[in-house]
Amino acid sequence: MSVTRLCLKDRVAGRGINPRLPVEADSISPDRFAGLSQEEVATLPILYGRRRLTVGDLFTVEADAAGTDPDAAEEIIIEASVDGTSDDLSHVKRIGQEMSQGRVTIRGDVGMHLGARMSGGEIVVHGDAAAWAGAHMAGGVIRVHGNAGPMLGAGYAGEKRGMRGGVILVDGDAGPRCGERMRRGMIVVQGDVGEFAGARMIAGSLFAFGALGARAGAGMKRGTIVALGGLDGDPLPVFRYACAYSPTFLRYYLLRLRAWGLPVRPEHIEGLYRRYVGDVNTLGKGEILVYDQR
Amino acid sequence: MQINGVEIEDTFAEAFKMRGARLIITAVDRRWAMTAAQVTTGFATSVIACGCEAGVEGPIPAEESPDGRPGVSVLLFTMGPKGMKDQLMRRVGQCVMTCPTTACFNGLEGEQWVKIGGTLRYFGDGFQISKLLEGRRFWRIPVMEGEFLVEERFGIKKAIGGGNFLILGQSAEATLAAAEQAVEAMRQVRGVVMPFPGGIVRSGSKTTSKYKFLRASTNTAYCPSVRRQTDSALPQGVNSVLEIVIDGLDEEAVGEATRVGVRAACQPGVVRISAGNYGGTLGQYQFHLRELLK
Repeated sequence: MSVTRLCLKDRVAGRGINPRLPVEADSISPDRFAGLSQEEVATLPILYGRRRLTVGDLFTVEADAAGTDPDAAEEIIIEASVDGTSDDLSHVKRIGQEMSQGRVTIRGDVGMHLGARMSGGEIVVHGDAAAWAGAHMAGGVIRVHGNAGPMLGAGYAGEKRGMRGGVILVDGDAGPRCGERMRRGMIVVQGDVGEFAGARMIAGSLFAFGALGARAGAGMKRGTIVALGGLDGDPLPVFRYACAYSPTFLRYYLLRLRAWGLPVRPEHIEGLYRRYVGDVNTLGKGEILVYDQR
Repeated sequence: MQINGVEIEDTFAEAFKMRGARLIITAVDRRWAMTAAQVTTGFATSVIACGCEAGVEGPIPAEESPDGRPGVSVLLFTMGPKGMKDQLMRRVGQCVMTCPTTACFNGLEGEQWVKIGGTLRYFGDGFQISKLLEGRRFWRIPVMEGEFLVEERFGIKKAIGGGNFLILGQSAEATLAAAEQAVEAMRQVRGVVMPFPGGIVRSGSKTTSKYKFLRASTNTAYCPSVRRQTDSALPQGVNSVLEIVIDGLDEEAVGEATRVGVRAACQPGVVRISAGNYGGTLGQYQFHLRELLK
């Protein structure tokens, strides 16, 4: 695996550029870096407002010798400062957008649209991810060790479908409208999930280990929302209670999550779940499974 | 060659190409998993009359099973993929799905695949739910007890059927005791099943008959009661013969089971170990007893 290290510069001399202002960095992707030398990576474009800068303008670039091998899997490590004094990359947007392979590691908080439309590879964030992480994602894995913002794995306005494959794992909390219009794939949030989780969901699975926010599953057709930490209030009235049972598929899923290192407890695996089906205003074949803590 | 005073005849077992599949059946406890496995492998001794040959490969501890519940591994063998699909549909549909608390998983990375859950799902009458995780698709079929979970497709691979050896004993009791010990030892070998009752067959057959309407008839050469009326293969002092038929997922497993079984069968009261073949003209595989036991 070839490794490229990017460190955000503290200052850019003489060009009126503040490296802490928002930038669109969709060129920071293993697919774009593959086979490029250190110098070539530095010339890739980054949008700074309406100005066209390069990766090298804002970041120091260090690539190992394998960087020019087009067949080597690519890893990109991104840091927020050269001297380690900052962990703020929250203004750097669209990292890993449309990536299909390789690995991106981000040491710090990252900006919006992380891994949007990605179809493969892995992104690991040692910090928080802003809104729209994994939007329209079709494959691969995003792991956020901090919190995730709104619209995690959701679909952009006007689009019929959001996430349609892959896995998003969040160690902290997730913001509102997580998994909105999700079509396939899995989102797992270890903390709380904001309101309207899984709204207009078409299929897929959304797990909340913490509290599931209000109005979860509004407008959902199919798909599964699992509330391991209970519900924030009652389900919407468009969801109907069906039964309390132990779905076998959930055992399989939870064991896989445990194998991935998630804090699945034995009682989650063995326990009962209350099944609510809805949204009856739509197809009504979605479900919210609420872990019965009694 | 002799083992424990038992003669190992210089002959070979002739075996045939088949297709094999492995089901992992889990249930709330070992008893129900085994019940489902035994029903699934019932009436599956000979592919000619039963459509398939099948048997219980062995138990699977809860910690190794896909859903964390006790399981049983089952092997099925047919002559081709079409027959496998037909048999799996019948047996999973009628024997596993109907059995309380069970789930059914694929246990083989196959060379080919047959769709089973993907067809059985229609039993759900529109309320079946698909779940896809790590490339494996499952179907949740609502049933009166709760939900039946079955994998979309099952792998099948080229396999071997008809491995065998014969135990020629002085008495029926001694021969049966030796056969039981052989089967017990062979059950420790993974990748094989002995599809006949208790792993043992008393009515071995030859491929001819005096009756035009019959393709096979009793193996007169090994029937002690007609030894003076036929061209008998039995040495003096042999009054009972039992056969153990072995189906396996690969040549190594069948060979190992034969080796282990023959060694275990060399008990007091056993005169000779032989094997069934057609002179090497019909089967694709030959298991030479003396070579295996070197």
